[in-house]
Amino acid sequence: MDILVCIKRVPDISGRITLDDSATDIDDRSLGHTMSAHEECAVELAIQTAADTSGSVTVLTLGPAEAVEQLRAAVAVGAKDGILIETDDLSAFGPEDIASIIGDIVRDRAEQGQTFDLVLLGNDAADTGDFQVGIRLAYDLDYPVLTGISTLHAVEGAGAGDAGAGGPGSGGPGVEARGIGPSGTEIFSLELPAVIAVQEGGVDPRYPSITGRMKAKKARITEYDAPEPGTGNPRIGLELPPETTSSVTILGEGPDAAPALVDILEEIGVIRS
Amino acid sequence: MTLVFVETDEGGQVQLTSAEAVTFARTNADVLAGLVGSPPEQPPGRSATSGQVAQRPQGSSDEGVTVEAAVIGQLTDAATEQLARLGVETIHHLEHPELEAYSAAAWAQALVDIAPETGTVMASGTPRGMELMAHVAVRTGQRMAANVIAADADGLLRQVLGGSAFERLALGGDLQVLTIAGHACSPEDTTATTPEVIEYELEIAVEDLRTAVVRTEVETTDAADASGLTQARAVVGAGRGVGSENGFGEVLELVNHLGGALGVSRVVTGLGWRPHSEQVGQTGSRISPDVYIACGISGAIQHMAGIEGAKTLIAINTDEESTMVQRADYAIIGDLHEVVGAVNEEIRTRHG
Repeated sequence: MDILVCIKRVPDISGRITLDDSATDIDDRSLGHTMSAHEECAVELAIQTAADTSGSVTVLTLGPAEAVEQLRAAVAVGAKDGILIETDDLSAFGPEDIASIIGDIVRDRAEQGQTFDLVLLGNDAADTGDFQVGIRLAYDLDYPVLTGISTLHAVEGAGAGDAGAGGPGSGGPGVEARGIGPSGTEIFSLELPAVIAVQEGGVDPRYPSITGRMKAKKARITEYDAPEPGTGNPRIGLELPPETTSSVTILGEGPDAAPALVDILEEIGVIRS
Repeated sequence: MTLVFVETDEGGQVQLTSAEAVTFARTNADVLAGLVGSPPEQPPGRSATSGQVAQRPQGSSDEGVTVEAAVIGQLTDAATEQLARLGVETIHHLEHPELEAYSAAAWAQALVDIAPETGTVMASGTPRGMELMAHVAVRTGQRMAANVIAADADGLLRQVLGGSAFERLALGGDLQVLTIAGHACSPEDTTATTPEVIEYELEIAVEDLRTAVVRTEVETTDAADASGLTQARAVVGAGRGVGSENGFGEVLELVNHLGGALGVSRVVTGLGWRPHSEQVGQTGSRISPDVYIACGISGAIQHMAGIEGAKTLIAINTDEESTMVQRADYAIIGDLHEVVGAVNEEIRTRHG
């Protein structure tokens, strides 16, 4: 099974952020960058699934030239190659644009004979948190789509069939996917091709090996220039929450302060007696 | 009109986050209506497909902006009464055998079938809410805003970067599709209405059932843990300061004394000390307990994003300058094992 994983280079934020001069983006000059957390799990699931099916994993990103670092990080843990759609102004693109650009790449690759059976993304990006690129991509490609998936594996005889009947579907190659729903673990069965948005938590992303790192340096990264954004980004600007002054009451230091804390818990009324 | 997708729990009660979304819709009704208008520059995606409605409601009130609810599946009297107290004027009850197993595409089409041509369609920012609104947006050719926290004449404000910044945006379009961030507002009852309940005969397209849930395994504890965590009145949080996989004894005893739940930081799940279902934060659960006791958690923004709904925040930490202590209502400076151990002992002494 050949799998495309769409990843995003995002700022690695731990403390308070600052905005750039135009107040339309964050000032990330002093920040490190990483791959969105959900996508690290998507890459891991893709590598496992490809290994089980003698397939391969390609990673794709839309972003600045530096985003090649995140592509190579995915190659270092087992992806075969990468696709960089380069733009120096990612914030000009809205979720519709990003989905349509990825859709064009998938179709373009199919014409060249490389068909992706499965396209994985993260559930949402750590920075923009749009929660929709995967779904828009699926409609663009006319594939079925699942979101919030924590594990998956390849199966024969996939398909929801008569929904709810629990029986086998129409029988093509597919995937069984699992995600946490409101009343338990929900199991889905999808025929391929399909789009799946992955939620952190089902697998532990692996660390790169020395040979993986060596391979990543030499891996083929195909570069494209991003087209002009179509729909564009609906963003008017960014705002920061007001700086709050601390109003903490220090109850004390060490175990001696325990009674004061228990007083508060009693007052709130949360101690089971 | 503003249509709110309302989720109910196993017992048929309206979910807290849905009650929040209804309250947001009602208190911002005029502002939301004022933002509806100019079409998107370029309608994306394909147009709405197959699902048909046999009956469409006619002549809903023109006076003011109405808040209407859509409930898929079981609609209990309790939920109807809750929605009445929240000021909902019409309940669209969408029930069909093919909708019993969750399928985002089919559920979304049912919402599209009853959505207004002009107005707002929204849900709470839960996994279901996010997924359904994204499908609704594509099927109606609209944009979508996730995790909205406020609306004014200049547009919507939504959480980005895990809540450490807000994005102001204008969706445009005749139908505004959005989700409300969990705990962005508190549910407020208003003058009770007598909601009209409208039943539909829906037609479900077979291709929309490709993504239906095949089965649900309720015996796994993950979902129960996550649900216990989001509904607990008291949550004890544990972070790196716990020290090791075997260091949770004191915090688990405190959880037990409080009849609460354990919540952990991403570091803890990343190290494999506890399961992901217990993770609180941007990529875990968002909680709104009466009290959150953060033990040995420094307060990375990704974690803070999950605890904004906590009414009282108590920190136990060795570092007085840590974000968690600075943001807390109360704090004890010290080693969490010693402090939590002493707290447990004090509770045992007082409550036997």
